[in-house]
Amino acid sequence: MTSWFSGILPNDELHAPLEHLPRRHRQKNVGALERTISVLAGGLLVGEGLKRLSLPGLAAAAVGAHLVRRGATGHCGMYHALNVTSVEEDSKLLSHPLHQHIRVHKVMTVNKPAGEVYAFWRDLENLPRFMQHLERVSVTGEKTSHWVARGPRERVVEWDAELVEDKPGEVISWKSVGGSQVPNAGEVRFKGLSEGRGTEVHVLLMYDPPAGVLGALYARLFGAEPGQQVKEDLRRFKQLMEAGELPTIEGQPQGQC
Amino acid sequence: MKALCWCGKKNVQVQNVDDPKIINPRDALVRITTTAICGSDLHLYDGYIPTMEKGDVLGHEFMGVVEEVGGGVGNLKKGDRVVVPFTIACGNCFFCQRQLWSACDNSNPNAWMMEKAYGFTGSGLFGYSHMMGGYAGGQAEYVRVPFADVGPLKVPEELEDEQVIFLTDIFPTGYMAAENCNIQKGDTVAIWGAGPVGQFAIRSAKMLGAEQVVSIDHYPKRLKMAAEGGAIPIDFNDEYVYERLLDLTGGRGPDACIDAVGLEAHGTTPDALYDRVKAATFMATDRLHVLRQAIHCCRKGGTVSVPGVYAGFLDKVPMGAAFGKGLTFKMGQTHMHKYLKPLLEHVRAGRIDPRFVITHRAKLDQAAEMYALFAGKKDECIKVLLKP
Repeated sequence: MTSWFSGILPNDELHAPLEHLPRRHRQKNVGALERTISVLAGGLLVGEGLKRLSLPGLAAAAVGAHLVRRGATGHCGMYHALNVTSVEEDSKLLSHPLHQHIRVHKVMTVNKPAGEVYAFWRDLENLPRFMQHLERVSVTGEKTSHWVARGPRERVVEWDAELVEDKPGEVISWKSVGGSQVPNAGEVRFKGLSEGRGTEVHVLLMYDPPAGVLGALYARLFGAEPGQQVKEDLRRFKQLMEAGELPTIEGQPQGQC
Repeated sequence: MKALCWCGKKNVQVQNVDDPKIINPRDALVRITTTAICGSDLHLYDGYIPTMEKGDVLGHEFMGVVEEVGGGVGNLKKGDRVVVPFTIACGNCFFCQRQLWSACDNSNPNAWMMEKAYGFTGSGLFGYSHMMGGYAGGQAEYVRVPFADVGPLKVPEELEDEQVIFLTDIFPTGYMAAENCNIQKGDTVAIWGAGPVGQFAIRSAKMLGAEQVVSIDHYPKRLKMAAEGGAIPIDFNDEYVYERLLDLTGGRGPDACIDAVGLEAHGTTPDALYDRVKAATFMATDRLHVLRQAIHCCRKGGTVSVPGVYAGFLDKVPMGAAFGKGLTFKMGQTHMHKYLKPLLEHVRAGRIDPRFVITHRAKLDQAAEMYALFAGKKDECIKVLLKP
């Protein structure tokens, strides 16, 4: 199995079947260059901090120790909380010196056969029906499409995307091409379950936050948490597939107290 | 239209609100002919259920006449007379297809709220907080019923509203509580709480073959009604419940115990007072005196069935006793859709006449005073019906 994720995901993750995906809470999310810098800077802080037997000195040493640990293990708790990663990636996605990007993986089971679930998703013009931030997707060619989304503060973002992989009933992946303001890529894998138990839908979305990690932190603090957004998008997908409509209470009566 | 709105703790008001309308293809609009106040509405009234918003329309026991259906509802038409189950279910998900209707994956628009609180979401419910979907309820003149192609059940003309209204919640809830006891010939079932659900649990346990049913409460009128349904009454103010249950079962203990009370249990024992203090000082949410006693009294290898509502965290659950005796626990919101048809058959065949439980009839306009009356257990109130 090769895909455009070559170079984006660590090799073991890329080539592993879904059930062997590494446990997400300890996944490496710090890239090689950043890990080296983290260890060196951390070591320096520990050394300098311990030289001064003062409270600020000890605090600096503690921060240094954390940086060393982060560099050594390749896992950063803050990155994890923000769904940020800076592991080596496709050069086309890069826009920051340390290659940080948002990376969200979510899974949901849909009570329909894989072929049907795949077909609904493969009609890319369906995506805005369940991806809340998409305004519209227009198919422009055999492998190309044009996407329009609403970003933070209602800013309209547009890009062209191309299909990277497309195996009926198994996988669809795509990435933005050309000079997108928000370079992004996505992959959805369908895993049919036995005994008519439906289809697992694994979604992986990656994008460069418009303002880097600070932008991601800002978004997290002010309510737009990408992990939750993707989960809600997937939930809407499931609701459309299974129930045929989205449950809602918008427009129902409410009293005034 | 007129609708009963929740305006805060112990504050409900009949207000004029907009008429509901069809929003989704699988919706129906129902003009309500009869609605009821449920014991679980009192948990909302008393402010025990989180995520209520001021102005929410209450009521999850209601029936009426179909006024309009959406394009996706093929089995109902204007003029059909229906009872509506209080749980809302899509009919197509993993859970609905396994008859676990109250665990429906797709009917709660606020699934994320319940997911945060409970790990997973349950089905949407009418008029029962935003965590449970925030759907406007049916203590009103009209109601919007989502997934109306799988929920509402048409009822025959020869049965009056009062005979079938309790199919919307308390009869199935009492019945599932009894069914969850896996009753065998010769069994004794002890039921805490002789409110409406307890009353239907008593009669359901009998129908399911229990030899002996015991009802535990302290309101004379309720115990009298329980005895009329075939139960042996125990007034917990007059008798020691554990000793009396042992006497009744030759020292074995009841084969199954039903907690038809839930999170606002009353009691006079030290643990009940402890719960009251903790709840009053916000150190705990639910008072579980009944659950503790049910666990304590249940025989070894027996079943504790819980139709009473719990919402939050419990303190001092005698898990050691439950483990030591190898008890089975069954609980949860009723899988309503599974029970509507069979229980309608019981009513139609005359095996039960649900009207026995009604003590008060009023107009919707009087809903606020009826809530206060029911909450205060005044005037020997057990079940209130409201007519819009």
